[in-house]
Amino acid sequence: MLRVIAPGVLCTIQDLGRPDYQRFGVPIGGAMDRVACVIANRLVGNPITAACLEITAGGAAFEVLAPCVIAVTGGDLGATLNNRPLPAWTSALVRPGQHLAFEERRQGARAYLALAGGVDVPLVLGSHSTYLPGRFGGLDGRPLQMGDVIRPASSAFDPARLAGRVWPAPVDYAPLIRILPFHSLPGQPDLDDLTALPWRVGATSNRIGLRLEGARLHIERAGDLPSFGVFPGVIQLPPDGCPILLMADAQPTGGYPAIAVAIQADLHRAAQLMPGDEVRFAWTTRAAAIAAWRALNALLDSPIDMDDGIALAAAAQG
Amino acid sequence: MKPWRIRPMGEAALLIECMLDDIAEANARVLALAKVLPAQWHPLPAIHSVLVRFDPLRYTQAEVQAHVRDALAQATPGALPPGQQVTIPVRYGGEDGPDLADAARRLGLAPDELIAQHTARPWRVLMIGFAPGFPYIGPLPASLTLPRRATPRAAVPAGSVAIAAGMTGIYPSQLPGGWHLIGKTQVTLFDPTREPPASLQPGDHVQFVAIA
Repeated sequence: MLRVIAPGVLCTIQDLGRPDYQRFGVPIGGAMDRVACVIANRLVGNPITAACLEITAGGAAFEVLAPCVIAVTGGDLGATLNNRPLPAWTSALVRPGQHLAFEERRQGARAYLALAGGVDVPLVLGSHSTYLPGRFGGLDGRPLQMGDVIRPASSAFDPARLAGRVWPAPVDYAPLIRILPFHSLPGQPDLDDLTALPWRVGATSNRIGLRLEGARLHIERAGDLPSFGVFPGVIQLPPDGCPILLMADAQPTGGYPAIAVAIQADLHRAAQLMPGDEVRFAWTTRAAAIAAWRALNALLDSPIDMDDGIALAAAAQG
Repeated sequence: MKPWRIRPMGEAALLIECMLDDIAEANARVLALAKVLPAQWHPLPAIHSVLVRFDPLRYTQAEVQAHVRDALAQATPGALPPGQQVTIPVRYGGEDGPDLADAARRLGLAPDELIAQHTARPWRVLMIGFAPGFPYIGPLPASLTLPRRATPRAAVPAGSVAIAAGMTGIYPSQLPGGWHLIGKTQVTLFDPTREPPASLQPGDHVQFVAIA
């Protein structure tokens, strides 16, 4: 059990989202970096659908109120436990009175904090995920704030079995997104610049999408297409010529022309970009996209290594 | 098969578009198709298209495409279950519909004539999208067709009834929006604690009724 001392820039409760409600206008939502979210859950012995904390940028801090096993994955936000570096991608037993902090962003954008037992919030439309624009899911549909208490949904765990589990397979966060072509319009703009030049993630980027600044892609007819279904990974081109890469909280339909689609295996890379970061795009093939997805799924199934020293120490002190 | 176009959208989705020009006819076909596609592909009907998403490690694109073609053969709009008939009471104009007079003027109508046309008959819910529970209702006749406002509002109040682009819609919650606001309703359109969460579904018939 944890108490929020400071939520930092943005801290929300997320799981793998709501895949079945787009026809009611509800975004898929869930963790921006689903890879890190799944691994954090696996490290603490949770089902991969359990709820985690998604901690954005730096400045978050927590006080441990009751013993629990945690794991931190995703972006490196300088996690510390009682001012000593906390190893990421590793499960650890934390004890009452300890201070868990995410001081500053070193690499990536979002860290995932899993708690053995999963974070205890009600299911809304089949998910624990916070959907901020709709003000539902997670904790009353809002970001975490000072004083909130994060309780595990179940406390039946064996620290000796769960602490000291180490993720064996590094996740690739190269700022390179592979894309497949898609043409909404007959008058497709010249897309050479999409892959030739680096793009900067714009200041108004959020969980809905990353606004990309750099070249302006000119399009003959933009704007009022009849809306069609979209999803995380679709790259839209609004009339201003700055592409938008749709992310977890993207609305399920959109009327802007779609010019390309990021492959599903690279969305976790996009999830670790912050405003000001540079990113590149590269055309790929359908076969390569499926091969990358297969490789990522195999990585997520990796057997977890045990660090017996940490596990024994946890058992002895637990 | 002629009026349909099926295109991959990335490696894990297909967009199935009905190419008929008549929006009402295209939408009826799209809704009939969405009803017969397997739930595990999350069929998402829009105005004139259906999106399906699938795991490319479980299904090849060719398998999904073949299944969609079979579904197109079975899906006939006549087989659609009749939608619910829903009455939406609306207070038109004034603070509830700040754009009523301006929209009427652009359409060359008196405000009362615009209201009379908007309430003249039931319209069909063509799709839910943009935001949780937001219904796109129509198609409206040319006499009620306006482009979106040049400058969208940052915050449109919940319950606002609006017209734009040949359709009418209802904002289920406070949202940014570029449609012309002609009235407001007290009806709750979206509640995440209900199942289903949206009170209107594609294929439903909406009758607007003017109240004082």
